[in-house]
Amino acid sequence: MEQELLLWVRGTGLQIASAVFLIGMVYRMLHILLLGRKHSLAQPRGSEWSGALRTLWKRTFVSTKLSARGNFTVITGFIFHIGFFVTFLFLSQHIDLIRAVLGLHWPAMPRGVIDMAAVLAIGAMVALLVHRFVDPVKRLLSDYQDYLTWALSFLPLLTGFMLLREIGFEYITLLTLHIASVELLLLVAPFTKLAHMFSTFISRWYNGAVNGFKGINI
Amino acid sequence: MTEHETLEQRLHEQGISRRSFLKFCAAMATMMALPPGSASAIAATLAKVKRPSVIWLSFQECTGCTESLTRSHSPTLESMIFDMVSLDYHHTLQAASGFAAEQAREDAMKEFHGQYLLLVDGSIPLKDGGIYSTIAGRTNLNMLLEAAQGAAAIVAVGSCAAFGGLPNAQPNPTGAVAVSDIIKDKPIINISGCPPIPAVITGVLAHYLTFGALPALDDQGRPKAFYGETIHDRCYRRPFYDQGKFAKTFDDEGARNGWCLYELGCKGPTTHNACATTKWNGGTSFPIESGHGCIGCSEPKFWDAGSFYAPLPAPTADVSSVAQAAAVVGAAAAVIVGAIDRGKKTAAQQSRKKLTVDDLKGN
Repeated sequence: MEQELLLWVRGTGLQIASAVFLIGMVYRMLHILLLGRKHSLAQPRGSEWSGALRTLWKRTFVSTKLSARGNFTVITGFIFHIGFFVTFLFLSQHIDLIRAVLGLHWPAMPRGVIDMAAVLAIGAMVALLVHRFVDPVKRLLSDYQDYLTWALSFLPLLTGFMLLREIGFEYITLLTLHIASVELLLLVAPFTKLAHMFSTFISRWYNGAVNGFKGINI
Repeated sequence: MTEHETLEQRLHEQGISRRSFLKFCAAMATMMALPPGSASAIAATLAKVKRPSVIWLSFQECTGCTESLTRSHSPTLESMIFDMVSLDYHHTLQAASGFAAEQAREDAMKEFHGQYLLLVDGSIPLKDGGIYSTIAGRTNLNMLLEAAQGAAAIVAVGSCAAFGGLPNAQPNPTGAVAVSDIIKDKPIINISGCPPIPAVITGVLAHYLTFGALPALDDQGRPKAFYGETIHDRCYRRPFYDQGKFAKTFDDEGARNGWCLYELGCKGPTTHNACATTKWNGGTSFPIESGHGCIGCSEPKFWDAGSFYAPLPAPTADVSSVAQAAAVVGAAAAVIVGAIDRGKKTAAQQSRKKLTVDDLKGN
């Protein structure tokens, strides 16, 4: 039964999840782009492109002084994203998967670094959840989708770390759970706030282009 | 067929010393992780035990399981203890053939009804009335049902008998199934592997002879003593896995240094078997020691789990084509919906009435 389940998540399950993810994501992103922007008749005071590209890069670094989000959210969020990207892109097993699907590959990071990144990412996510409960403003702003997307992002990290260290269950069980949790994430991502993995670049570009057109240099 | 003599008598006749016999019992007790002192208990029981009748049925199989048993044992004590059971029917090993062979099987089944051990290797085809494999004009299904009736227990030897194995692999043209898919009312023990480790078969038989019952089994019906851990758990290359040191090809520096074979498709992490501890060819080595990854042969559906050389994280189905098609569908949907949106916008703009001076006058 375990082998059959693993086979299913490695085969049919992955096909279904990636199909839903790509149909949903390509549809939503392209739909946003096709909405277009109304042609401005004003005299441009600067380049849209340079403004857009500048903002694309600069928004990566949020100024805690100018943002209402506060130090804790910004810094912990940063730690989570870095930890996540390091484990996602530089664990050798993930590179094996990417090579098998896309044919691309690059050198893996040492396991010690991956472990550290995973622990930081998991810790940051737990801290962010606690903060969401404790902080009255955040608590009032949160709806079910915030908790759903938190859980869907957290499970792959947790099962992945347990798998690397074989904690709690057998390898095959953890591998099946890990792949299944990622597939769940893929299924839901295009239709929730997790779509920000792509849409964030569109909104940054848009804001940057508007400012660039007006000659605002931020 | 006469009353079987005891094991001790047979060993004595064949010139096996008591010391060798005790050593064998100690080895069996250790292998099965039995408590200290079990060796003498095994020896005392085995010495007195009457040779049980064993009927070995070979169905849809390649004889690899028998090859494994016979070749790797001789001339160790393990093969002798196998001789110590009364093997009353076995296609490959018996001298008799034709009607005489079938007669031997029927005689044994009659005389030892309810007592004999039934060993089965090979899967059983069910499609088209089971005609894809027949012995003496009878289908495997027919013969299994008859032989299982009088069996004390059934041992499914090899992955084909245990899980369906190669004949059961997609698209399974003969409708092959495992013994446990057909027989539901007898204790069945699965000794999986392609082929299984010979010492595991003798270990299970020794356990059965000593305790009169089958050993503790896992959820796949395999003896826990041998299938309780994965190859990966006991692999001597495990430290390299934990350090993230992998051989990338079969002849690179990593391979020469004996690094982990995970990226070359080793299925050790998901495979339960005793290869890494019991080893093969009289304890010489096991596949990973020879530089080849585990192919997962003791697990169900191992033929359908993708390439033996694809690493575990790789998909077992074609994800790339599905992804490409999905992207096209998503793009087409966006273009269609985008066009509809644009149409609505244009229609709304055209149907908009302009405010006139008359409107402002309140007329």
